[in-house]
Amino acid sequence: MIDPLALDVAHLFAGSLVLVSFMLLYQDRMTGLINIFALHALVVSLSVAWQAYIQHAPHLYITAAIALVIKAVVIPFALHRIVVRLGIHRTIEPVVGVGLTMLAGIGLVALAIMVMLPITAQAGTLAREDLAFALSVILLGLLMMISRHNAVSQVIGFMSIENGLILAATGAKGMPLVVEISVAFSILVALIVIGIFLFRIRERFETVDIHLLHEHRGEQP
Amino acid sequence: MAVILDMLVQFCQMTVVLLLAPLLTGYVRKMKAQLLGRRGPPLLQPYRDLLRLLRKEVVLAHSASWLFRVAPYLVFAATWVAAALVPTFATGLIFSYAADMIAIVALLGSARFMLALAGLDVGTSFGGIGSSREMMIASLAEPAMLLVVFTVALLAGSTQLSSIAAFMQGPGVGLRVSLALALVALVMVAIAENARIPVDNPATHLELTMVHEAMILEYSGRHLAVIELASFVKLLLYVSVIACVFLPWGVAVSGQGFAAYLTGFAAYLVKLAAGGFLLAVFETAIAKMRVFRVSDFLGAALMLGLLATLLLFVSRVT
Amino acid sequence: MALEGLLWCVAVLLGAGVAGLALTRRRGAMVLVYGASLGATLVALVIAVASLLAPASLGASLVLPVGLPWLGAHFRLDALTAFFLVVMNLGGAAASLFALGYGRHEETPGRVLPFYPAFLAGMNLVLIAADAFTFLFAWEFMSLSSWALVMAHHRRPGNAAAGYLYLLMASFGTLALILAFGLLAGASGGYAFDAIRQAPPSAGIAAVVLVLALIGAGSKAGLVPLHVWLPLAHPAAPSHVSALMSGVMTKVAVYGFVRIVFDLLGPPAWWWGALVPLIGGVTAVMGVLYALMEHDLKRLLAYHTVENIGIIFIGLGLALAFEANEMSGAAALALTAALLHVFNHSVFKSLLFFGAGAVLNSTGERDMERLGGLIHRMPRTALAFLIGSAAISALPPFNGFVSEWLTFQAILLSPALPQWLLKFLVPAVGAMLALSAALAAACFVKAFGITFLGRPRTQVAREAAETDRWSLTAMFALAALCLLAGILPGYFIDALAPVIHALTLANLPRQEQLDWLTIVPIAQSRSSYNGLLLFFFIVLSAGVAAEVIHRFASAAVRRSDAWDCGFPDPSPATQYTAGSFSQPIRRVFGSVVFRAGEEVHLPPPGDVRPARLEVRLHDVPWDVLYAPTARLVGFAAERLNRLQFLTIRGYLTLVFGALVALLMVLTVWQ
Repeated sequence: MIDPLALDVAHLFAGSLVLVSFMLLYQDRMTGLINIFALHALVVSLSVAWQAYIQHAPHLYITAAIALVIKAVVIPFALHRIVVRLGIHRTIEPVVGVGLTMLAGIGLVALAIMVMLPITAQAGTLAREDLAFALSVILLGLLMMISRHNAVSQVIGFMSIENGLILAATGAKGMPLVVEISVAFSILVALIVIGIFLFRIRERFETVDIHLLHEHRGEQP
Repeated sequence: MAVILDMLVQFCQMTVVLLLAPLLTGYVRKMKAQLLGRRGPPLLQPYRDLLRLLRKEVVLAHSASWLFRVAPYLVFAATWVAAALVPTFATGLIFSYAADMIAIVALLGSARFMLALAGLDVGTSFGGIGSSREMMIASLAEPAMLLVVFTVALLAGSTQLSSIAAFMQGPGVGLRVSLALALVALVMVAIAENARIPVDNPATHLELTMVHEAMILEYSGRHLAVIELASFVKLLLYVSVIACVFLPWGVAVSGQGFAAYLTGFAAYLVKLAAGGFLLAVFETAIAKMRVFRVSDFLGAALMLGLLATLLLFVSRVT
Repeated sequence: MALEGLLWCVAVLLGAGVAGLALTRRRGAMVLVYGASLGATLVALVIAVASLLAPASLGASLVLPVGLPWLGAHFRLDALTAFFLVVMNLGGAAASLFALGYGRHEETPGRVLPFYPAFLAGMNLVLIAADAFTFLFAWEFMSLSSWALVMAHHRRPGNAAAGYLYLLMASFGTLALILAFGLLAGASGGYAFDAIRQAPPSAGIAAVVLVLALIGAGSKAGLVPLHVWLPLAHPAAPSHVSALMSGVMTKVAVYGFVRIVFDLLGPPAWWWGALVPLIGGVTAVMGVLYALMEHDLKRLLAYHTVENIGIIFIGLGLALAFEANEMSGAAALALTAALLHVFNHSVFKSLLFFGAGAVLNSTGERDMERLGGLIHRMPRTALAFLIGSAAISALPPFNGFVSEWLTFQAILLSPALPQWLLKFLVPAVGAMLALSAALAAACFVKAFGITFLGRPRTQVAREAAETDRWSLTAMFALAALCLLAGILPGYFIDALAPVIHALTLANLPRQEQLDWLTIVPIAQSRSSYNGLLLFFFIVLSAGVAAEVIHRFASAAVRRSDAWDCGFPDPSPATQYTAGSFSQPIRRVFGSVVFRAGEEVHLPPPGDVRPARLEVRLHDVPWDVLYAPTARLVGFAAERLNRLQFLTIRGYLTLVFGALVALLMVLTVWQ
């Protein structure tokens, strides 16, 4: 049986991940956004490390290390460089206003809890809570992607979804190491591809604001 | 006989609250000054300020009414009664069951109501600014505070502060995300309600940055002394509530005897000092926000409170 | 015995109405009509209170041979009726007392005097009706007499439109109620309430009846989105009638809902406890936000009624949720909170409308932005209005706080509910309730502050005079009741016990034996509140502080100009107005709720035209629901109008076509 204090600490990490997702939604400046994303990745790696400790599953330590190095250090650094190189506009306007976005976020968390807890009634406590929180993080990441005009913030939303998936996978008693390595590499490759595209878009249209790029879709002259 | 003793302890608590309040504010001011590299005013300066104000003559505007003259006493009475109901060095005092957290929040609301009306009484634009901004801040801070009360009450099974303190000292609590969120939300509300940076600047002379100061701009003499004392007591109240709910160790239970009360009092002084120091650090580290960013700030506190309540249903699900 | 007494009171009221019609031109007509109303409502009040306090005498019923020949007119006095009779007749008596003074200023008494007692009689009849036909007849009678009162000053701009909208919404509501009762009576057609109680409907029918009751009673009470007529119609009527409509008629609508849903409908389904609190919560928040944007005093009060109805429905919805999950104790608490708020609201809303009426009488103005400084000219009215404002803002030690506290305690019982949707919805509704309470305080700081405090903005405000003794007596009686109900809530909760028991079969612990008159709704260890002690302490602290200060401090007072940071402006136009006071709140909430927008037109430098600030507010339910419906109806009416202009052959073809169609239906059916 897992010690209640250990459960509480795991629960604390998972809840902090949800909180940091909300902080991502609240940000309106690019540098702040990237730094909070680094914090998001840090919390995920701490959570995975704690899971490794209480589940006695040493291969999860490697997962935590990968999350820490790649997502908390390398990717934010690369994003900072891209932002500076492309001279991307530094403030991010949300589509409907911060208050409504946060309210929608709360609704999504409630929805995730309402869906997950009854479904997983047979599972252990640790798995149930982690799954509920993980679904919340995924939904909040999706909300972030649809409520921002800016391409970089959509990339960050996409990567926070991946963090939520890691939380879900580790909470459900471990994930094979090879899967984690391949997922991490695919994320890195995706980031490189996206970075190249951002460069090209920026060269061609002088902006990466999705709203303005919308007019150039299709066969319009 | 026991009833008389209990009443004496309660009366003691009421006087302690009143006497310590200016000291806390003096301490916060001194800490802020020292963090900025100055020596700062003496710790007992607020007492001297109050005495000085008492000796001065009151200057009333021609358009001030009886409400203007009565309001300071009502504001002070409501705040003092609310502070007297918060357990400081002992829980379960004889009159602590007269009001729970919700009633305390509402008492502070009464004080604010009278103060806002007093701001509008003289008919200047400054008073109007103060009153309208104060009511906007209150319209978000009060629900946030009530949601924090909900979270804690849903956890502890009661809205009585004495029962909550007893529950928090017990083993059933554990480390909960909801409590952490509730603590952050409560601290944000406390900063807003006590007119501290980043919401309002208590030491300002500029209309642009005034909320509380604008409402009391026309007050002078003994009326101003009473209102200042009320705001000192309000700060003490919020620090006491945070200490009682989230740091309940060392608090005596009513009837445990004189030694337990002394330990409780010593623990309370330590908590006040820590709280005051942290407030000074926070105020020095951060800049004041624009008035319309305050609504985002308090909206975030409201969301944190709501999230804390929701996450309660996830934790310890068996 | 009690029931006959009530019927005699109704008869006296109807008689007073006829007398008002006959004697309009005479001088004593006003005193006669209002005096008779006062007497009749006081007698009814005494009867109702006596019945409520002696629950053994409840349950009498009576059948009169009027109305439908096979049905008769059933009347019954049970606990629920007795409570609402207390609320109704208290408001009626206070309004009649107020009107004895206020009515002197009425320009067209002939349009008010006959209908006022008829209105009171109609409301009383609704409450004691025990079969669907009598209920609906009395309901329509109540609506029509209040419509006549709304149209009393029909030449004033906007009043005719308000009356038309009111008539429309009232008819729509009555239609919903007719359908609801029809479904309840079922195929057997037993319209008496006793017959309906014996035959509870199936789950599907019950759901439809709930929705119809929400529409029918809700439109009269003012639930969003059926509230649109309320802020137009309530202010249009004379002030004592506005007080009755806001304070009492809305409660009669709540009675209708409670009677249908809690009494006649049988056990509730759990999702009713999700729908009703949600509607209540949305109504509460939207009502108070609308109120904050108003600067007409009576419209502000009318919108505020919408908010309080929302709070009442939150309590009722919670009671339904608990009842559906068989948690009778919690349901008793929620229902007590809702019914106590019904009583409290009727008291302080009537008080506030009387204050607004007094101001209107003295200055001729309802617009707050043309008033100000009235606390110097009308000090007693100001004090009564202040007490009403404090009570409605749920500030201890007044009565508004007690019912709100009980509602919060009911909300805190939500974790025991098994359904997940309810578990999350109830705290969210609690957040909405907390938000509306805070905004209500802001609203009344604005209403009292801009109207009574500050400096007078116009000549009429400078020259206002205090109102007459009758009005002041009515106002102070209600103010004293506000304080009393706040200090001694235990007695009121105990008085409600027979009603709660009848509806939920559970009880709160008896409050009057508790120490120091505390109230303990659930258990001592859980929560308690003592209004008397709080009041005593506040008075004591204020007194001690004042005494100590006056002993040791300087007593010197000097009058001078306002400080105003060294730039005092003699013009009262520099003060805050109602619009400027609510501007921060409009900035925070308005863009979402009202699609509020501000536009500034600045003429170029050198141009002598003034700059203009325009604030645009959209009423979202109006734009989304009513305007398209009105357009649709207009469109259909245009098309159908062609029927008016057919030839004779055309009409004959229509008759022929109808006959053939009916014959075909008959063949198919066989």
